[in-house]
Amino acid sequence: MTEDQVQQIVIDIINEIAPDEDTTGIKPEVNLRDQMDLDSMDFLDIVMELRKQHGIEVPEEDYPELASLKSCSDYLTPKFNAK
Amino acid sequence: MHQSRIVITGVGLTSPNGNSLEEYRKNLLDGVARIQMIDMRYMGPKGAIGQVPAGVCDFDPKKHQTRKELRVGTRAGSIAIYAAREAIASSGLDFENYDKSRIGVYIGTTEHGNVETENEVYNISKFDYDTKFWTHHHNPRTVANNPAGEITINTGITGPHYTIGAACAAGNAGLIQALQMLRLGEVDFALAGGVSESIQSFGIFAGFKSQGALGTHETDPNKVSRPFDKTRNGIVVSEGGCIYTLERLEDAQARGANIMAEIIGYRINSDASDYVLPNPERQAECMHQALAVAGIEAGEVDIVNTHATSTPMGDIQEMKAIAEVFGDCPTTYINNTKSYIGHCMGAAGALELAGNLPSFQDNIIHPTINVEDLDPECALANLVINEPRKVDAVKVILNNSFGMLGINSALILKKFED
Repeated sequence: MTEDQVQQIVIDIINEIAPDEDTTGIKPEVNLRDQMDLDSMDFLDIVMELRKQHGIEVPEEDYPELASLKSCSDYLTPKFNAK
Repeated sequence: MHQSRIVITGVGLTSPNGNSLEEYRKNLLDGVARIQMIDMRYMGPKGAIGQVPAGVCDFDPKKHQTRKELRVGTRAGSIAIYAAREAIASSGLDFENYDKSRIGVYIGTTEHGNVETENEVYNISKFDYDTKFWTHHHNPRTVANNPAGEITINTGITGPHYTIGAACAAGNAGLIQALQMLRLGEVDFALAGGVSESIQSFGIFAGFKSQGALGTHETDPNKVSRPFDKTRNGIVVSEGGCIYTLERLEDAQARGANIMAEIIGYRINSDASDYVLPNPERQAECMHQALAVAGIEAGEVDIVNTHATSTPMGDIQEMKAIAEVFGDCPTTYINNTKSYIGHCMGAAGALELAGNLPSFQDNIIHPTINVEDLDPECALANLVINEPRKVDAVKVILNNSFGMLGINSALILKKFED
C-alpha cells in the first residue's frame, strides 16, 4: 500500500467522523487540527475506525503520530503493509 | 410567603404528528394520528428483526445541529435541541443578547441511556464482544443529564442544566422544577419540558411486551393506541419532545412577551404501593392537592388531560380517580392525546399539555380518537370522544401525567389574565 493510499484511508475516515469538514484541500504537512475543527474525541474516533475497519492498532503513546496527514501516512503505511 | 407568578411564554415541540404547535394542534382537531410499524432488533421470532408500532418524529435535525453534532450526540439530545431552539424562537426573547448564565434547562426523561448501551452491546457483538471496540462516546451519551447538556452545548447556555427522572410523569416534573427554580431566583428564564428517544430501544418494547402491555391492532397502526376503547390492549411507544420557556410574570411583561398561560397549581406525589399498577386513591389525592395549591374548586377546571396509555387496567384506574375528583363537575371535560401519538414517555406530559393550550384561544376541546366501543368502566359523562367539542370558554386545564413506581403529577394552567 502506498502513502497516498493510506492518506486517502485517513481522509475517508475523517469524512465519516467529521462530515461538516471540507477535506478536499487538506495540506499533508500541516497539523489536521490547524486546518479543521477536530477535537480529542475525533482523534479517538480515527483510532477506533482504524481498528474497526482495518485492524490497525495505534497505542496511546503513538497518538501524536496522527497529527498531520503526512505523519499519519509515515506512521501507518508500514503497519498496513505488515498486515 | 410571596411567590412569583410563573408564566409560559413559548413552546417548541416535535411529536409523531407535528413539528410545531400549529401543525400538532391542527392534527389533534382533525383526528390525524400518525403511528407506523418500524423494524425493531430482536422483536421478531427467535431474535430476528421484528415490527412494532411506534410514533416516529420527522423534524429536520439539521435545522439546528451540524452533522458532527448529530453523529456524536444522542437522539434524545437532538430532539431536545430542536424543541429548545423552537421554544426560544417562539418566546420572542432576544436570545443572542440575553445573559446565558441566567437561563436554566430542566428536562424530564423517563429513562436515558438504554438506546446507547443497547447499540454498543450490539456493536461489540460484531467483534466477539471485545470491549476495545466499545465507543468512547458511550459515557457522555449515557449520563443522565445528556439531553439537557446537549441543549447547553448547542445554545451556549451556561446556567444550570439537568434532567429530572420521573418515569412518564417527567414532562410535568420538568415544568415544576423550572417553576420552583424561577421562584427561588436561581434563574431568570427557563427551558423546561420533556423528551424521549425510547423507540430506539428494543428493551423498552420487549419489557412492555413481557408485561403484557405492548399494544397491537390487527390491521391499522393508527388504531393501536385506543384509550378507553373496550378492545384496548396496550401502549404504543413513541419518541418526541416538548420544551417550554418559563418566566416570572414581571419579567415576561417587562419584555412584552406573549403570555400563553400561567401555571397556577401543581403536585407530585407517590403511590407507595406497586411498581407498575396505578393507585387511583393517590392519583385523586394528587389532583386534589394540585387544586388546593391553585386555590380553585374542581368545577373550575375546563379540561382534564388524562394520562391514560391504553392499557386495560391503567385507564380504568385513572378514570376512577377522575370520577372521584370531577364526578360532580358538569362543565369539566376530559380528553386524551395518546390515541393520536402513542406514549411519548418522558415527553408525554409536556406534549399533551401543548395539545390543549390552544384551547385558551379557540375554546375547542380536542377529542380522544379511536373509541369505537367505549368501555363502560371508562365512560365518564364528559369524555370528549372522536369529535372536537366547542365550549363557551376554556380558562383552566389540569394536566395529568403518571409513571411507574407510583409517581403521579398534576399541573394546573390558567388562561392568562393580568
